[in-house]
Amino acid sequence: MLEARSLYFAYPDGPAVLDGVDLNLANGEIVALLGASGCGKSTLLRVLSGLEPLQAGKVDWHEKPDFSFVFQEAALMPWATVANNVALPLTIAHTVNRAQIAEALTEVGLEGFEERYPATLSGGQKMRVSIARALAAKPALMFLDEPFGALDEILRFQMNALLLNVRAQHDLTCLFVTHSIYEAAYLADRVLVMHGGRITDEYKPQLDRSMSASDQRASVAFFGAVKNIGDLLGRGEA
Amino acid sequence: MKKFLLPLIALVVVLLTWHFYVIWAEVPKFVLPGPGAVFGALVDGAPSLFASAIITLKITLYALFAAAFSGVLLALLFSISRSFEMTVYPFAVVLQVTPVVAIAPLVLIWVGIDNVDQAQIIIAWLVAFFPILANMSAGLRSVDRNLNDLFVLYKASRWQRFWLLLWPTAMPYLLASLKVSGGLALIGGVVAEFVAGSGGSSGLAWRIIEAGNRLQMEKMFAGLLLLAVIGMGIFYGFSALERLVLRNRR
Repeated sequence: MLEARSLYFAYPDGPAVLDGVDLNLANGEIVALLGASGCGKSTLLRVLSGLEPLQAGKVDWHEKPDFSFVFQEAALMPWATVANNVALPLTIAHTVNRAQIAEALTEVGLEGFEERYPATLSGGQKMRVSIARALAAKPALMFLDEPFGALDEILRFQMNALLLNVRAQHDLTCLFVTHSIYEAAYLADRVLVMHGGRITDEYKPQLDRSMSASDQRASVAFFGAVKNIGDLLGRGEA
Repeated sequence: MKKFLLPLIALVVVLLTWHFYVIWAEVPKFVLPGPGAVFGALVDGAPSLFASAIITLKITLYALFAAAFSGVLLALLFSISRSFEMTVYPFAVVLQVTPVVAIAPLVLIWVGIDNVDQAQIIIAWLVAFFPILANMSAGLRSVDRNLNDLFVLYKASRWQRFWLLLWPTAMPYLLASLKVSGGLALIGGVVAEFVAGSGGSSGLAWRIIEAGNRLQMEKMFAGLLLLAVIGMGIFYGFSALERLVLRNRR
């Protein structure tokens, strides 16, 4: 889907945040970017999505996909109903379609919530609406910037399962930033470890997706992944 | 219920204290009339007092409307051009910090003493305008960063960004400033009338001056009472509007 070479980015008057990032994304994979705060993972998402300009390097889209973005905060419009929040990308593109909105809401387990307002939702429900909004326009690629970082662990598990579910039903590629080793090990097909503005290591957890969520989390592959990713991160720090 | 009952009880206590103090201390009517006498003056002078109250209310609302329109417009221009904001903002501050009583005579001379109502609207606009500008500017700047990014990613047009994001974001700020500016517009209108002293004006302030000149203290109090009622009406009216418009946000 995407091939990026030697990406460079620095904020004005600041040191390089991205300093030679090489990255490939294949169709349908979930890739986690993991690293300490300030290592450039969020900036990488912003540069790839076009929110920040590319200062040097090259991004090759094999076929430029529609993409969407999920932030750490749900970032909902408090004045709009759940349906209108989910409809945002469609509203902007003038292609509002009630059936599509209902479908996106069903996908995140919020059927019947159309007319509710964000103020009446729990934190987890808000995050689901945020994901439904990202899904509404049926993107091929989803950028997620620490999407579940503000949620408690129970909700986080649910959201992780939800994302895997969504991916299984669509041809969806995800690039997500996290600083949870466990989340990366469970969710990602490929974990990229970032350090000092570049990608220093890569690890493939290879969980058996045919097992139940809890069995996957108890599997040898999962704990092996957690250990190995932890070691890779530690190496970067040392 | 308690919200209404407590101030009501306080009001009754104050009125009773006032009533009995005036009787007990034998305060002359031309110094402090009792609440009964004030009520009597209100009833007796009802036709002229209420006609004046309507005039004052109209002037206040015209000025407030003008202030809201110009304040919102200028805030929008500020949000579009930072250089424009840097150029104009200090002058807006000058208008705000210069005491309005000192500006009023100048305005009166410019519009002519026969057009006190125009002077009232201009002066009321002057004082009501700044809080709306300042609040609206803050509101337009308080857009959620992530939402703003989404609008960029989904390639929203300028108009979509304004109607779907900026305007609703700034709405609570605008409504809050209307509550403040409503009271200020009333003050501005009254100040202009006081400075004019006499002439073409026939608002509540003029009724108060007139009654004062004739030592009709109870009528002065009746005029004051009506001014207070108008001010409260504007404040609670906008509070109600605010609750209505923002009811789904909390």
